Amino acid sequence: MSLTPYIVLSAILFTIGAVGVLTRRNALVVFMCVELMLNACNLALVTFAKQHGNLDGQVAAFFVMVVAAAEVVVGLAIIMTIFRTRRSASVDDASLLKY
Amino acid sequence: MTAFWILSPVMVLAALGILFVRKAVHAALLLAVVMMSLSVLYLVLEAPFLFAVQVIVYTGAILMLFLFVVMLVGVDASDSSVETIRGQRLAATLVGLALGAVLVLAVGQVSLGAVTGMGAANADGNVEGIAALLFTRYVFAFEAIAALLITAALGAMVLAHRERLTPKQTQGEMAAQRMRDYAESGKHPGPLPAPGVYARHNAVDTPALLPDGSISELSVSRVMQARGVVRSAPALADDIDPIARQLGVPDQDPARAPETSGKSGAVTDTEEDRA
Amino acid sequence: MSLSLADAQIPVVDPGAADGVLSLLWLVIALPLAGAVVLLLGGALARGAMDRWGHWLGTATVAGSFALSLAAFFALLGRDEADRQVGQSLWTWFEAGGLKVGMDLLYDPLNALFLLLITGVGTLIHVYSIGYMEHDPRRRRFFGYLNLFVAAMLVLVLSANFLGVFLGWEGVGLASYLLIGFWQHKPSAAAAAKKAFVINRVGDIGLSLAIALMFATFGSTDFSVISAASSEAGQGTLNAIGLLLLLGACGKSAQVPLQAWLLDAMEGPTPVSALIHAATMVTAGVYLVVRSNFIFELAPAAQTATVVVATVTLLWGAVLGCAKDDIKKALAGSTMSQIGYMMLAAGLGVAGYAFAIFHLLTHGFFKANMFLGAGSVMHGMDDDVDMRHYGGLRKYMPVTFLTFAMGYLAIIGFPLFSGFWSKDKIIETALAENLLVGLCALLGAGITGFYMTRLMLMTFFGEKRWEPGVHPHESPKVMTVPLVVLAALSVLGGVLLLGDWIVEFLAPVTGVAEHHEPPLPALVITTIVVAVVALGVAAAWFLVGRKEVPRTAPTEVSPVVRAARADLYGDQLNDVLVVRPGTSLARGLTTMDRVGVDGVVEGGAAALGGLSTVGRRLQNGFVRSYALSVVGGVLLVVLALLAVNLA
Repeated sequence: MSLTPYIVLSAILFTIGAVGVLTRRNALVVFMCVELMLNACNLALVTFAKQHGNLDGQVAAFFVMVVAAAEVVVGLAIIMTIFRTRRSASVDDASLLKY
Repeated sequence: MTAFWILSPVMVLAALGILFVRKAVHAALLLAVVMMSLSVLYLVLEAPFLFAVQVIVYTGAILMLFLFVVMLVGVDASDSSVETIRGQRLAATLVGLALGAVLVLAVGQVSLGAVTGMGAANADGNVEGIAALLFTRYVFAFEAIAALLITAALGAMVLAHRERLTPKQTQGEMAAQRMRDYAESGKHPGPLPAPGVYARHNAVDTPALLPDGSISELSVSRVMQARGVVRSAPALADDIDPIARQLGVPDQDPARAPETSGKSGAVTDTEEDRA
Repeated sequence: MSLSLADAQIPVVDPGAADGVLSLLWLVIALPLAGAVVLLLGGALARGAMDRWGHWLGTATVAGSFALSLAAFFALLGRDEADRQVGQSLWTWFEAGGLKVGMDLLYDPLNALFLLLITGVGTLIHVYSIGYMEHDPRRRRFFGYLNLFVAAMLVLVLSANFLGVFLGWEGVGLASYLLIGFWQHKPSAAAAAKKAFVINRVGDIGLSLAIALMFATFGSTDFSVISAASSEAGQGTLNAIGLLLLLGACGKSAQVPLQAWLLDAMEGPTPVSALIHAATMVTAGVYLVVRSNFIFELAPAAQTATVVVATVTLLWGAVLGCAKDDIKKALAGSTMSQIGYMMLAAGLGVAGYAFAIFHLLTHGFFKANMFLGAGSVMHGMDDDVDMRHYGGLRKYMPVTFLTFAMGYLAIIGFPLFSGFWSKDKIIETALAENLLVGLCALLGAGITGFYMTRLMLMTFFGEKRWEPGVHPHESPKVMTVPLVVLAALSVLGGVLLLGDWIVEFLAPVTGVAEHHEPPLPALVITTIVVAVVALGVAAAWFLVGRKEVPRTAPTEVSPVVRAARADLYGDQLNDVLVVRPGTSLARGLTTMDRVGVDGVVEGGAAALGGLSTVGRRLQNGFVRSYALSVVGGVLLVVLALLAVNLA
């Protein structure tokens, strides 16, 4: 039994997440896509942990989850602040920092 | 592998759904599907601790946080499908496809060899194994991540906090203001009229009727008006006739019929009582 | 041109220690310097006292210097001929790498005579100025400047190294600038001061380059070191040094081609013209050539150039003197011509040095006398300088007339007057060295006779042509006494030549020349010179004295006269040769700077700016665009990794 399908699934999910970040404009959905990418990475980590038979991969996945939690907290707070002032959750509207 | 083959199409479809659904709530729900499926895969991959964390922390906490924010921002806030950046969608699709193809081909080519399995690693129990690693080899990373988490919590507090620039209005001041408004512009000082209450219906989406039979705009929330979900009182009244017929209630003379609102006929003859 | 060089013996400057009164040498400079400091800076502290007593202080300091110089002169005479060179080291001026320059003084027969001339004539002119500048509200400042000039001039002649000479050289240049432009409210005076300053800078470049070259060649700027080592340097180097020194001398002494400033410099007060632009500063070039004899004796090309420059100048100045109606400008032309004689003598080498100095001294006397006389005339004629408005003044200004006449007789070389001895010797030497140059000098003497007689006739003889309301009167005693003294010196200056005294006295500095037989016996030459001068005087009598002088200068004149009135087109020549090409060059450079350099700079900036305007469009502010770039980068990195791994 090869674990390759898991890795392939991980790659597919990662790519879908990336494309989502690039195409969606709602900041919340963009964040969800980022989460999707992180989860895809976690899947790869856990898969490799099983492949190699040690727990380091799982510990790494655990760390990723914590970082993701922190990121979501701050990110959502930022989205809230922006929404409060601009009445919009679109990432394209926050485009004043430019030429 | 059975679980994998069942779940993986579900996950891919759900993930693709995130790309295409227009409402953020739906995207969040689809993400929940992906995450729950992932947790099952973790179980298959002999990672019970991560399974628990994925379900409890990720899906249970983080995703719910997402949903909270979605509610705050507005459930109905949806993307318009018009792309604002020229060529972005096409380029993103092309780059995404290329990246996906390259990644899939690359990892598909690699032969991973025999799977070692977690038997030895999980001999003392998965949670104990992870704990042993976390508090020995990764203890500094663990500390750092703890600091990061606290910092993030503080940061979120700071970002979400709004400084009050003026003193809070007291109730007395508000009352005085109300009377002042009434004196100056004739604005009604009392509470807004309540929504309509009908024999078969008592809801915030139904406007009250004024004595002359017209609708009181003030009796329903502006938000509901904007969404167009306000019901029409005459339509409700029309619904009453077939039901009355069904129940064998003889046609009432409209002249004798009680007022649709008002204290006089409110308690005496309601539909519920009759039923 | 064949000049005697081989037989030249160049004395080495090797001063002994100063003792007795000679150790007070520094005081000669310090006195007028202190006077200048007090007069120029002290005015703010005690303006009233300074304005009342300042001119006496200024005169006293110079008189003190004169007394010291006199004492030093006799102390020097009391010494053996062998150690008549005295040095005094005051302090180390500066030290930089191999260059060590001391504030060193050198006292030898050459600058002993200069000291007497500068302080003596200087004292007389200070006294004269007390009267001349009596009504000027800025008299205190005038005396401060005069003292500053005297101090700088003394530094120039007393210094024992070329850098010290340069210090004094620049100091007199500054004083000259300040004094020419003393009446700076007149635009002409301000312009003249600027002109003198700028043209002198050209000469100063020569002098400073010469000093630099000497340091590079000999490793020192001391006279003693250079004079001892000069024979070891290459011929080309020595010629270069000599020519550069000559350039410096030309600037300071108003020799062709840097002569244009001297006539304009007459815008200054007349005592200034007498002291600076006749007696002392303009002769600094002659001093420089004579002092650098250890260079010039070994640099035949430089000597030849000196002779050529001097000959051209003596004729040039004489021609100018004939055409000018401004009494001071006529005298200035004569000064230029007389300095030409001195330079000629200096250029002739060992045989001429002593006569150059001799003529310098006598010229200092009689020209200062005449300038002060001219000032006295102007004083009486309400500051009118046009000789056509004079006439018949001998009865109204008898003292001025008589003293001026002494100077006149001296300059034209009337027998037994001082100029007769000095000019005659120069012409004699020139004839002995080179016939052509000698003949030119002879011609110059004739022209001198002509224009000086013309000046005399137009000023003191003939009909009155005064402006209405002018009442000529004799000047006060304070002005006439210096005139009398100077007139006496003009008459008696020739005694210095008694028994060849001055030649022998200067021998320790200038060396001893082998006697050259002149082509004709000396007496014959003298007779010829006197005859030529008499011709000039007679010509003047026939052309000017016998006819009525028109009050306004006739406009229909020969081209020669017109050219002479226009300073022989010296200014135009400068304009065409230097100013206009310089202006064009500057314009061209400006255009090149604006179009070329600025174009490249601004064009580069504009190109970069344009590129940025296009490039900044990449910064569109959309997070998703940036994310696309990141993902594209990831794709490339992955591809690169794969390519590396699979290759």
